[in-house]
Amino acid sequence: MNTAYQIVVCGSIVPDPLQTLEPVTGPAGPALKNEMMLPAVLDPWASHALYEAANFAKHSAGSKVWLVSLGPKAKLQQVMMTVAQKVPFELIALDGPASGFTDAAEVAALLTEAIQSIPGLDKAKLLVFGGWESASRGAGATMQIVGERLGILDQFQGVDELKLNPDGSLEILERIEGGKHQVSRCVSPPALLGWATGNLPEPKNNPQVGMVNMRTAMPALQKAKPVKLAGESLTFKSVSLPKQLRETKIVKDKSADDIAREIVEWIRK
Amino acid sequence: MPTATDMTPTPTLQTLPGDDIRQIMWRFADRYDLAMMVQACRAVARGPVARAVASGERNTHEWTPQKDALLKAFDEAGITSAFMEPSEGGYIEGPKNLALSLLAFELSWVDAGAATASLAGNLGLSPIHERGTPEQQTYYMSRAVPPKPGENRKAWRYAFALTEPLPFVGVETGMLGGKVRVAEWKDGGEPTLQVDKRGRFITNMGYANVVTAAVDSDDPRIKGSCMVILEETDPGTFDRGTPTKKMVHQLSSTCDPVFNLRVPASRIIGGYTVKGGCIVPNYSHGEIIEAVFRRTRVTVALMSSAKLLSAIEPVIRYQRTRFRGGEGGPGSPRYELGLQQKEDSQHRLIDVWATGEASTSLGFESARLFDQVDPLEKAKDQWLAEKKLSGRAALKELMKKQQEALELVRLSSQPADKRNSSRIDDLAADPMVKFSLLDSLANVFCPACKLWNTGHGATMMREAVSLMGGYGITEDCPGFLGQKWMDAQLEATYEGPEAVQRLQLSITMTNELFLAQFEQWIADMRRIAAQRPGTGACTLATAMRLWLWTLNHVQTATDADGAKLYHKTRQGVTFALADALCWLIAARQFILDVLELAEKGQANPALTDGLLSFVNFFTDLCHVQSARAGGEVGRICAELVHGYNRHPAWDEASCQACYCAEELESLEGIIPGIDSAARACADVTEASGSRSQKAGPCVSYAGLETFIRLRAKLDGCLTGARLAKDRAAEALTKVMIPEALDYPV
Repeated sequence: MNTAYQIVVCGSIVPDPLQTLEPVTGPAGPALKNEMMLPAVLDPWASHALYEAANFAKHSAGSKVWLVSLGPKAKLQQVMMTVAQKVPFELIALDGPASGFTDAAEVAALLTEAIQSIPGLDKAKLLVFGGWESASRGAGATMQIVGERLGILDQFQGVDELKLNPDGSLEILERIEGGKHQVSRCVSPPALLGWATGNLPEPKNNPQVGMVNMRTAMPALQKAKPVKLAGESLTFKSVSLPKQLRETKIVKDKSADDIAREIVEWIRK
Repeated sequence: MPTATDMTPTPTLQTLPGDDIRQIMWRFADRYDLAMMVQACRAVARGPVARAVASGERNTHEWTPQKDALLKAFDEAGITSAFMEPSEGGYIEGPKNLALSLLAFELSWVDAGAATASLAGNLGLSPIHERGTPEQQTYYMSRAVPPKPGENRKAWRYAFALTEPLPFVGVETGMLGGKVRVAEWKDGGEPTLQVDKRGRFITNMGYANVVTAAVDSDDPRIKGSCMVILEETDPGTFDRGTPTKKMVHQLSSTCDPVFNLRVPASRIIGGYTVKGGCIVPNYSHGEIIEAVFRRTRVTVALMSSAKLLSAIEPVIRYQRTRFRGGEGGPGSPRYELGLQQKEDSQHRLIDVWATGEASTSLGFESARLFDQVDPLEKAKDQWLAEKKLSGRAALKELMKKQQEALELVRLSSQPADKRNSSRIDDLAADPMVKFSLLDSLANVFCPACKLWNTGHGATMMREAVSLMGGYGITEDCPGFLGQKWMDAQLEATYEGPEAVQRLQLSITMTNELFLAQFEQWIADMRRIAAQRPGTGACTLATAMRLWLWTLNHVQTATDADGAKLYHKTRQGVTFALADALCWLIAARQFILDVLELAEKGQANPALTDGLLSFVNFFTDLCHVQSARAGGEVGRICAELVHGYNRHPAWDEASCQACYCAEELESLEGIIPGIDSAARACADVTEASGSRSQKAGPCVSYAGLETFIRLRAKLDGCLTGARLAKDRAAEALTKVMIPEALDYPV
């Protein structure tokens, strides 16, 4: 029974969600105001995928995790200062745009190419992870296209849990309607998992893990392949922020039940 | 023809400066070990530390489980082990002054007490780190490192026990509140020491396992003073004492401990030798603490700097949202700008920001300086040991190197075509010459940043709090500004209060090697001013020249009674000049950091869109800060130069020097206009004997012409400074800020 997996996580960067995100129209189409100057984080969906990958690899001797990331090299480097401290992985960087206004098909093609270039890639051991969604690209299509291009037929989206069964098969919980999960069994890799939130907390930063990761991440960033997205097949008619109503109230010493009740009442209003 | 200020490009601040900008300005863009450490530390500061503050953990003097949990968070995030070498379990190679300063800065962004809790452990270890024997270093440093997975041990915590004078009992800081005696000394064996020490205000004492304590000999068989290592399991009394009822830095543990312990003599830090039946410690406590404090004071300085910069975002948000919910909907100036409609609110925040930038620049430059000094200092010690030199002989040898360093500075100042390049190369290659140069700077920068960052920083924190109105002094003020204001006052006090820093500066700033470099800086500032007129570098150069003239003047001048002006007891002179110097070097360092950003930022593609806007904004802030520094220096220097001369009175001698109205009247026919001219520039005694209503005849500036010219020039150099402030203030109203603060209230 083979339990040594090659886990490739696809994940890029998005602006820190605490920042003010204001759509603007630039010469190359829609963009976020000052996007390059805003601090970035690893896409939260991809982050869950990465933490789950590392955890799965930790419990499957001989496994290895790669993070394939398409984004502006300098921004990626900043984000790695945090992400690289979380879990062990090897970075494969592609120097290109990480905007939310890119074409999922083009991005998927580049990611696929990068995955295929991993030396010693063995599809019989391959698990491709990524975010089910993205904080910047809501199409939810990128990972599916990556899977198609790699010829991976077993695809799971909205994954919250992955377990290794004693017989070597993979048990996967996918989100479905009504707050329920669909349980699937996948006999063996290759498989593609688009993660929802998973079950793991964000690992704490550990500079010592980071120092090990950065020994390979820095060279990977330096030799990151510059890529361009043509964006020819994509047009945007209009861009706007979702309508939101923010009512902030600071409370202390309230139970979770009380807070939940109050939120429900507020929604029903 | 455009003026200097007209040439300032227009793009202005779009977002608050992020890590890309700061890494360049503070010179660690190429250090990913430090960049990662900063991120790890930030997560702790804005997570567990902020939650502890928000939940009221500062409101108790006791060491609570929640405060204790912070130590675990420090361990897990690599904050504790950042001080150690990789061979000891750390992960940062080489000197760590900049690393520890960055940690202090990040933690203090939220709460400096948390920074103190972390750094006090390093302070406890520092005597061992700086002067311990190799065995002591190996043993104690590695035990401070948190256990790795699979290791069954607890990390040791450390405290540093010097002394603190007990009020009203006649004890001063010069006396050590600790004694050491020989308890037992068998022939051929190692002596056992009896240590009695009472500590006061000892940080980390609530949980420290090891204490490094300063003690004085109480036994003719022990010479002088020393520092000893005390462990909680040593036989005797290891009483942690009661928690101090402090009103600041409450996330650190502070107690007044009592020790009465027996320890082997091998615990004397740095070891000892036996001479004539007497134990002679290799290092006195003074030698050890000098090596320790000159480094750790820099981190304290940066605690205050972090507070100022951390105040900017919450104040902007407060100002902008101040009137929302009332009259005026979205889109109206009242709704969008709130208090930022008022120039005063903008200008005051600009002052806070400029001070924060300058003090941070000064602090980090000091830390980097010590990173350079550390290996050279070790080389110097080795060099002297190889030459078997100590005491006066060593000092004499170092003085020779200082003269060579002086020669290097003077040669380097000559025009390129007249320089003796081979001599310059020889001198520059000598590590001892380099040590002399850097040491003379470190001796100024360390007290300067401790003094100015904390002292003036506390004043500016008050300003930041005032910008929040009544909200600033509430417990849940966003950014915890009220608590930070109070904490800043402590930072001005501990590890050597302001008077101690001024005293040290008054000595080190007159070192001719420092002053030679200071002369070079003036020329550098002029050159920078020619290339970047908007920075205020010209203003600063003039202010530096005025300060230097004043320093030279007061060193030979006397007061109206003939007493020397520059004397160690005349702190009204020496301390004031020390204060003035701090303003200058802080503003200078800020300018240098902005130049670094302008130059190196171009290599970072992530800054392509915004670099110019940051550079322009910071350039205006530099101008504001340089003008403020110039104003302070001008005021201080003018008070010192004129203030010790007695004002002329309407006495006989002075009156004789006045014009007589009758004489002027008679001369008017011969020299038309003499009467009005004389009245305009001198004093006149009327026929009735009356004179102008004033204190006495106006003072004469004889001998002070250069000063008067420089002072007038400095006033003129302020031209454009307020325009820069207006531009910076306008930028404040447009800069994009995050939706919410990234730590709780």
